Amino acid sequence: MSGIPHDHYEPKTKGEKWVHSRLPIIGLIYDTLMIPTPKNLNWMWIWGIVLAFTLGLQIITGVVLVMHYTPHVDMAFASIEHIMRDVNGGHMIRYFHMNGASLFFVAVYAHIFRGLYYGSYKAPREITWIVGMLMYLVMMGTAFMGYVLPWGQMSFHGTAVITGLFGAIPFIGESIQTWLLGASAVGQPALNRFFSLHYLLPFILAGLTIVHIWAFHSTGNNNPTGVEVRRTSKEDAKKDTLPFWPYFVIKDLFALAVILVVFVAIVGFMPNYLGHPDNYIKANALATPAHIVPEWYFLPFYAILRAFTADVWAVQFVNWISFGIIDAKFFGVLAMFGAIAVMALAPWLDTSSVRSGRFRPMFKWWFALLAVDFMVLMWVGAQSTTFPYDWISLIAATYWFAYFLVILPLLGVIEKPTKAPATIEEDFNAHYGKSSGNPAE
Amino acid sequence: MFRKLTITAAVALGLSTGAALASGGESHIEDFAFSFEGPFGSYDQNQLQRGLKIYTEVCSACHGLQFVAFRTLGDEGGPHYSEDQVRAYASNFEVWDASLADGEGDFRAATPADKFPGSSLSNAPDLSLMAKARAGFHGPYGLGLNQLFKGMGGAEYIASLLHGYEEAPSCAPEDFDGYYNTVFAAGGYPDACKDENGEHMYPGSWIAMAPPLSGEDVDFDDEHSNELHHEVQDVAAFLMWAAEPKLVQRKDAGLTGVIFLTLLSVLLYLTNKRLWAPHKNGRKED
Repeated sequence: MSGIPHDHYEPKTKGEKWVHSRLPIIGLIYDTLMIPTPKNLNWMWIWGIVLAFTLGLQIITGVVLVMHYTPHVDMAFASIEHIMRDVNGGHMIRYFHMNGASLFFVAVYAHIFRGLYYGSYKAPREITWIVGMLMYLVMMGTAFMGYVLPWGQMSFHGTAVITGLFGAIPFIGESIQTWLLGASAVGQPALNRFFSLHYLLPFILAGLTIVHIWAFHSTGNNNPTGVEVRRTSKEDAKKDTLPFWPYFVIKDLFALAVILVVFVAIVGFMPNYLGHPDNYIKANALATPAHIVPEWYFLPFYAILRAFTADVWAVQFVNWISFGIIDAKFFGVLAMFGAIAVMALAPWLDTSSVRSGRFRPMFKWWFALLAVDFMVLMWVGAQSTTFPYDWISLIAATYWFAYFLVILPLLGVIEKPTKAPATIEEDFNAHYGKSSGNPAE
Repeated sequence: MFRKLTITAAVALGLSTGAALASGGESHIEDFAFSFEGPFGSYDQNQLQRGLKIYTEVCSACHGLQFVAFRTLGDEGGPHYSEDQVRAYASNFEVWDASLADGEGDFRAATPADKFPGSSLSNAPDLSLMAKARAGFHGPYGLGLNQLFKGMGGAEYIASLLHGYEEAPSCAPEDFDGYYNTVFAAGGYPDACKDENGEHMYPGSWIAMAPPLSGEDVDFDDEHSNELHHEVQDVAAFLMWAAEPKLVQRKDAGLTGVIFLTLLSVLLYLTNKRLWAPHKNGRKED
């Protein structure tokens, strides 16, 4: 599958030949597992395995939860309590599923920021990046709809707020909102369809995972130097790479085990820490919670949504040139989706010819600021919209856009990159090779 | 560089959580030392039994526990009553049974298989999940540190609230609805007690519930002190159990998981080290 020259699968036994001539599935599995992988990958390259594991965990725990859950506005909340109290091991399965969503997003954010720092989105890996962004959107949709199912106060009022965003679209917004909810307000039709989609989307995510892996197996992995594997000959490629099995499988499994220690500790000792307590109150349309706060993983984009209020000059300007069609609320919605869109467009916004941030002295600092910015947005998304939080969110949201739309394009022109090693082998040997300093043979 | 960022990110992620601040109430919640706090904490059986007695004699007059089954009072790690005691206790309650009186329904004495009745007063919330639903003081500055390091949660809130009734400040009109409570944040607040900026001059607000406990309300079988300070902790502990009856099993499972996964991590670390060793010494693979 890979463009990197390597040994392909050859059926040896009679049985293997029989299968291979009919369905080359063993070859497919062999080539996938034995893909030549840059041997200098660091510990930020382990999140893919964590994500694959978490998707499996969520599907398995989710399928079991569905066996005991009732998607009905009068019974959903009680059926969750039934799972927590009466179903054998139900409380653990549900807490794993609940916190599994958090693990999923911790891993995906680490994975995305890894890609942003090491330039994994750049040519020829744009499709891997775009498919990844689609997966991120599907994940967010799945998580949002899953949060509705317990039918607690935050489920209900959070849904009302988020579907209300679609209502901000001029002219057709309210029709879209009604179409999404199946009614004019959040109720039984919304619960039913969100349940259906929450079950469906993870399987679409699994399908996209295959495409994502297929894409980067075609281009080969990026690596911390951003230098491509030598493809001149099988021997050269072998100097830069090691097969995925067993070297990276064992390495990734070790990292996964360490992460699971932390994850199981959270599930076992503080499973409600990351959740909102109001969701332990049954949904009541008549009692709106004082603060409607999304789950932590939505907070950065929720902060961007709220940052652009009607008193921001950019909002007023857009309002004026659009003849009032784009009001502050719709501007916020556009900003929220735009924040993800500019990230998806990173391959074309980044003009630098150097892939890895390791060799980009100016980029490093702007990137570090982006990571801090993301944390600030996450924190401020849970605060009120009063001073000074309104200013903090506006500045942080502006930086997010500035990074992708101004800084990335400019840096490629003005920055003088440092010298990257000629080969992956050279980089690897500089870290782990003989003390002689000579490139190995 | 990336490692440093990762650590920063991990720390910040751990701190910034989605839960809102319970406005105003934050600073008045006392950090009680409950036996069920921390990774190894478990319920104190005697305390749960005392709490159940307070619930039965005081709270249940208005509030319900609709998700709690009587049989769970016999569970290990909970109040752990004997089967006979549970049966005798349940029979004190009446539940609605739709199958009685030829399908018309009628009340009958509860059995261990039934659940506690719901609230009898429409504005008295059900208490089944109260200890988890009131755990939302992620202070200070929304960073969740109090919850993380002091183990503060809904039980602290309940105990503080029941202990938080005070003489109403003199600025309040005599006939203002409710009872002044220094912890309750979501109630009514007289305009006369706000300053010129509309800020509250006194903590808390006015709650509809009359002070349910004043000390020496219940006599305990184990002759434990029934001063108000003790009573509020006992009933809060009971409500924590009612909200999270599987807490002990959960922590046991968590501990087992952590131990086994740590062991697995060590084994995988050694495997990985050995696997990579030939390549990290600069020797070439053939």
